[in-house]
Amino acid sequence: MTTLTLAKALNEGMRKAMEDDSKVLVMGEDVGKLGGVFRVTDGLQKDFGEDRVIDTPLAESGIIGTAIGLALRGYRPVCEIQFDGFVFPAADQIITQLAKMPLRSLGAIRLPVVVRIPCGGGIGAVEHHSESPEAYFTHTAGLRVVACSNPADAYTMIQQAIRCDDPVVFFEPKRRYWDKAEVDTSLGGGDWPAFDEARVVRPGADITLLAYGPMVKTCLEAATAAEEDGRSVEVVDLRSLNPLDMPAVAESVRRTGRCVVVHEAPVFSGYGAELAARITEECFYSLEAPVLRVGGPSTPYPPSRLEEHYLPDLDRVLDAVDRSFAF
Amino acid sequence: MTADASRGAQAPPELVQLLTPEGERVEHPDYDIDLTPEEVRGLYRDLVMIRRVDLEAVALQRQGELGIWASLLGQEAAQIGSGRALTEADMAFPTYREHGVAWCRGVDPLNLLGLFRGVNHGGWDPAEHNFHLYTIVIGSQTLHAVGYAMGIQRDGAVGEDGAATIVYFGDGATSQGDVNESFIWASVFNAPVVFFCQNNQWAISEPLEKQSRIPLYRRASGFGFPGIRVDGNDVFACLAVTRQALKNAREGQGPTLIEAFTYRMGAHTTSDDPTRYRVQDELEAWKLKDPIERVRAYLFKNQLADQAFFDKIDAEADELGRDVRRRCLEMPDPEPLEIFDHVYTEPHRLMDEERARFAAYLAGFESEESSR
Repeated sequence: MTTLTLAKALNEGMRKAMEDDSKVLVMGEDVGKLGGVFRVTDGLQKDFGEDRVIDTPLAESGIIGTAIGLALRGYRPVCEIQFDGFVFPAADQIITQLAKMPLRSLGAIRLPVVVRIPCGGGIGAVEHHSESPEAYFTHTAGLRVVACSNPADAYTMIQQAIRCDDPVVFFEPKRRYWDKAEVDTSLGGGDWPAFDEARVVRPGADITLLAYGPMVKTCLEAATAAEEDGRSVEVVDLRSLNPLDMPAVAESVRRTGRCVVVHEAPVFSGYGAELAARITEECFYSLEAPVLRVGGPSTPYPPSRLEEHYLPDLDRVLDAVDRSFAF
Repeated sequence: MTADASRGAQAPPELVQLLTPEGERVEHPDYDIDLTPEEVRGLYRDLVMIRRVDLEAVALQRQGELGIWASLLGQEAAQIGSGRALTEADMAFPTYREHGVAWCRGVDPLNLLGLFRGVNHGGWDPAEHNFHLYTIVIGSQTLHAVGYAMGIQRDGAVGEDGAATIVYFGDGATSQGDVNESFIWASVFNAPVVFFCQNNQWAISEPLEKQSRIPLYRRASGFGFPGIRVDGNDVFACLAVTRQALKNAREGQGPTLIEAFTYRMGAHTTSDDPTRYRVQDELEAWKLKDPIERVRAYLFKNQLADQAFFDKIDAEADELGRDVRRRCLEMPDPEPLEIFDHVYTEPHRLMDEERARFAAYLAGFESEESSR
C-alpha cells in the first residue's frame, strides 16, 4: 500500500501502462516538460522521451485526429484535453471519427484511444474550466465513458482504459486531484474490479445515492450526515457511465426503494435523466418515491464566486433525501 | 466566353505539366518521368477502367440501385497518377471520391458501392490494401493521415525503404480547421505525409473564390513546407510530382502540398444539379483537357498502341462495368440485428441488452406469422 493523490495515482497508472506496453503514448498540450497543468503527466516525458510523451500544438481536434492515425498504425494514445470546456473543438473528431470508425470498418479497425478530460468545478476557475460534458459523450455510441472518483480507482481504471480496445472518454474530477488515499499498486489487473462495474462505496438500507466522479465524495459526506438523522444511506459509485452497470443500480434501488441521482452537470437532459428513466422502468414496483435528481441548474457554469451555489453540496443532497422520504 | 466560364480553364503558368491536352510530351525543369510504353498503356487502362466503373455507378444510382454516387469524372488522371506513385508500404487516406486511388490500391470496385447502396458504411479492411476507408466529413482524414505518418516515424519506417502517407481532399476542404491543423502538425513533426488536394474548382456549388484568395498550393508556404501545383488532368505529371513528394517524405524531408488543378466534370453527387450554378461553356472548355483523351492521343501519335489495343481496353472496361453491375444487384441487404455489430470491439452490456430485446421483438412477428 502506498498513499497517493488522485493525480499521482493517474500518473503512476500511466507510467505502469507505458512500461508494460511500448505502444502506449501520451499526448496533449503541456503534457511534456511541464507535466500537464495539473501535473498528471509529471516526469513521464523525462523517462519515456519526446516520441512517447508528445507536447502537441494547441489544437484539440488535431490531438484526437492524429491520435486516431497513430492508433491506426498500432499505437495506444492517451490524449489529455487540458480542461473540459476545451473538448469541444475535438468533438467532431471524437463523435464522427473516433466513435464510429470501428463500425465503419465492420470491425477491421480497433481504436484504443483514451481521451482524458479533467472535469467539473470547484476550483475557482474562469469560464470553460469547470464543466461536466459527460452526457454529450454517453449519448455517442461507440465510446466508453468512465469517471474515477478516488485514487485507487484512478490507478486501475486508467490502466484498464489504456488496455481497452474501444475508445474511452476518461473523466477525472479535477477538484479531487489532490485528495489522498491508500493505493495498492502491487495488485495485478486480474485483481482489479471490472472496468464496467459500479461499486457500492457505502452500504445502506433506506435510500440509494447514485453518483460518479467528483460527487461521490459529496454523497459519502451526505450519507455520514444522514446517519446522524437515523437514515441509512447507500452510495453507489457508477464508475462506468457507458456501459452503465444497470444490474448493480437496480439491485441497490430495489433493496432501498428510494433513489437520488447526483451530478454536477445540469439536470435537464443530463445523465441522471437516463438513470431515472431506467430505474423507473426496471424498479417501478420497488420504488417508494420518484427518482430525484440533484445537479446544476440549466444555465452555463457561473462565475466562480457563484459556483458554490451551482454545485450540488451536502445540503442539496440531504434536501433531496428529505424530499424522497416526504413522498 | 463569360468571365465565369474562363475561370480555371486557362492553365496557370506555374502548373507542372508533362503531357499537353493534345498529347504532346513537354519538358519541365524540375520534374521528368521515364515511362516504358507498357507503363503508359497501363496508365491508360487504369484511366479507362475506373471511368467505366464510375459511369456504371452513376447508371446504377439512376436506376435506384445506389442511394447516391460521387462521380470522379474528370479527375481520373489526378487519382491514377498519384495512386500509381504509391509503394505497397505507403498508406492512402481518401475522401469519398477516390475511386481511382482505390483501383490503384487493389480495392474491389464492388466494395466502393456498399456505402452508396446503403448496405454498410465502408466495406474493406484498410490494412489489407493500405487504403483507408472513405471519409465523408470533409477534411477529417487529413489528421488521421498525419497521425499515421507520426506512427511511421515512431516505427522507424523511414528512409528509402520506408513508408509515407498520402491524404486526399478537395478545394472546399482547405477551409476546414482540421486540414489547417493537419498542416501545422505535419510541419512541426516533419511527418512523412503528402497532402494531395484535388482542386476540381467546385465545392458543390461554391467556386474556389469562396475558399481562397490565393492559389491553394501557396498555402503551404505559410505552414513551412513546399507546395506545388500540377496539371491534375495530366497523369504523367501527377505521377511524377507525387512520386517525388512521397520520396521526399520517406527520406525525412517532411510534407508536401500538391494541388492537382483539375475539374469536376460531373455533378458533386448524383443528388446535385450543377446547371443551377455553373455555365455549360466552362464544362466544354475543360472537356478539351480530358485526362484520358490526351493519353490516348499520346499513345496513338507515338505508335505505342493501335486500334486493337484501344478496342481491347474498351471491351475489358465494358466487362468490368457489367461485372460490377451484376454483383451490385446481388449484394445482400444486411440483417436487422447487424445494427448492433461492431459498435464496440469488446463486450458491451448495453449492446447485448438492446440486441436481445430487438431480436425478441422481431421474433414476435415471426411467431405471429406462423400462428396464422
